[in-house]
Amino acid sequence: MSALPPELRAEAERIKARYPEGRERSAIMPLLYLVQSVEGRVTPEGLREVARLLGITTAEVEAVAGFYTMIRLRPTGRYVISVCTNLACALRGAGGVLEAARRTAGVPRDGELSRDGLFTVHEEECLAACDAAPVVTVNFANYDRMTETTVAELIEALRRGEEPPPARGPFPGDFRRVSRLLAGLPESAPDGARGPGANAPTEEPPA
Amino acid sequence: MSEPVRILTSRWGEPDTVWIDRYLETGGYEGLRRALAMSPQDVIDVVKASGLRGRGGAGFPTGVKWSFVPQDTGKPTYLVVNFDESEPGTFNNRELVERDPHQFLEGAIIAAYAVQSHTAFVYCRGEFLWPGQILERVVAEAYDRGFLGRDILGSGYDLDVVIHRGAGAYICGEETALLSSLEGYRGQPRLRPPFPAVEGLYASPTLINNVETLSNVPHILVSGPEWFRGFGTEKSPGTKLFSVSGKVERPGNYEAPMGTPARVVIEEMAGGVLDGKGLKAWTPGGSSTPFLTAEHLDVGLDFESIQAAGSLLGTGAIMVCDETDCMVEVTRRLLQFYAHESCGKCTPCREGTWWVVRVLGRIEAGAGRPEDLPLLEDQCSNMLFRGFCALVDGAVSPMSSSLTYFRDEYEAHVRERRCPVTGKGPGLASGTGGGEEILGAVAAPAVADLVEELG
Repeated sequence: MSALPPELRAEAERIKARYPEGRERSAIMPLLYLVQSVEGRVTPEGLREVARLLGITTAEVEAVAGFYTMIRLRPTGRYVISVCTNLACALRGAGGVLEAARRTAGVPRDGELSRDGLFTVHEEECLAACDAAPVVTVNFANYDRMTETTVAELIEALRRGEEPPPARGPFPGDFRRVSRLLAGLPESAPDGARGPGANAPTEEPPA
Repeated sequence: MSEPVRILTSRWGEPDTVWIDRYLETGGYEGLRRALAMSPQDVIDVVKASGLRGRGGAGFPTGVKWSFVPQDTGKPTYLVVNFDESEPGTFNNRELVERDPHQFLEGAIIAAYAVQSHTAFVYCRGEFLWPGQILERVVAEAYDRGFLGRDILGSGYDLDVVIHRGAGAYICGEETALLSSLEGYRGQPRLRPPFPAVEGLYASPTLINNVETLSNVPHILVSGPEWFRGFGTEKSPGTKLFSVSGKVERPGNYEAPMGTPARVVIEEMAGGVLDGKGLKAWTPGGSSTPFLTAEHLDVGLDFESIQAAGSLLGTGAIMVCDETDCMVEVTRRLLQFYAHESCGKCTPCREGTWWVVRVLGRIEAGAGRPEDLPLLEDQCSNMLFRGFCALVDGAVSPMSSSLTYFRDEYEAHVRERRCPVTGKGPGLASGTGGGEEILGAVAAPAVADLVEELG
């Protein structure tokens, strides 16, 4: 049993090749993102797969995976909605935005999955966009100056299958697709050999 | 109004990211051309002479840092760009990459040449999805135009750049934790010495610089160290990109010469306190730098002046609180951040931040005791300088400074059993827990639990 189909194993090898020979362990995070792009999170089998790819123990992989909040070990929604509540956003009303996000998405407790499987809502630390406080991200795409009303509208739009344009950059798609981008891979899998920057955006960002 | 100075932001104002063609039309990669015509040592000497200091927080002289990287060790030398911007209130590196990404990349190539590195890693914060995609595109553009890869601009110098994304951990902005993370481990700091310059990535000589620092470098190569010293103060030359947020009319990044009075940045550039209210407290360099007050508004924003005023310039992230904000609540929210982001390696940090949040939560909820104030001071003294890295010191900064400047507010909370600023008290907090309605909920302890835990 394997978490990665054969064509993605070739991508895994290319990820390892980004790092100097003998230093392939550096690829652990992009490999975890690759597994996450297949499973929608990282399952125990996914951890074993990364361990096999790197020739280290599953415990070593789990120790790393558990440290980083963007590697999701628990069931995760199609959209991860992060609401910053650190100081700059809190001063601008992030507490109410978080409550509205939880209520609309149907995610009463932090990091859990909504009943329809669409949403995970996560109370986030500073997202480095404090000029646009309060900040919300959907699969790490930014939505600026949110209010209780606009965050509810955003979540309703996602529920209807719409792709609301972020403040900067294109709509990132679902959590699996975004995990491919985070692995530094082209948007759609699999692909042939590509040079550096293969997944660079081809469209100009919106003004 | 003061005359605006635009060096780092000279290409801003266009609606779009500055991609390679526009960058080249506006003098881009001229600094690299000049650097490659010089010896690596001469490049280091120019940066040294400019007096440029690291913009990531510590303010260490950049050229000196470059000169610490040993040559001929028999090991590869690495450049690591720290783009793990996570200090609360800080968003200048993100905007530098979103608007003019080749500027820092050019600086990175010059830095790599100066220390004779042939492999550079850009450690990009994981949450920076769009900036990370921009990086991928500009690195590809630089390869296409011969600014990266083999024999750059016919100089015989080779450099490859690898983009490496983090995965959500503030601590990875600390340079030794960043290296652990890049090597594929948990992001936990390492003891220094050995310093990264000597034994950094893969135990090899490693130079680590932040995005804003590197963004200055092409300008220094083109216009010279004397020109650079024409801005800012004698000991803190150049300009700085100040991130202003919180209760101001126009939050944003503002470029100003080092030494510009805080009043100019907050009142003129950012439009002053929101809705004409009075300013109560501000951070000069992110949440890890001690609060200053309205009395400090005429202090110059440079490393020396801010330190003399009792704080630190840090990342130049100015978060503003107004007269209606409760400083106990503000401080509790910031301490929650450190409790959440402590990597857990050092006990004073892991346990200390957790306990301070609880004592603060109790005071905030109107259940504080008179002895809680000395208790907080005692907790701070058991945390400060007792960790491997500066995270725990950063946690003490807002705590002890708010207790210094706003002690009467803490005392009033205890005496009146409610907030003297907002009027909120145990009645409001007794439901779901102290502070939950107010500034974030992740670690806000329920009041009943607090009273039980702390007696």
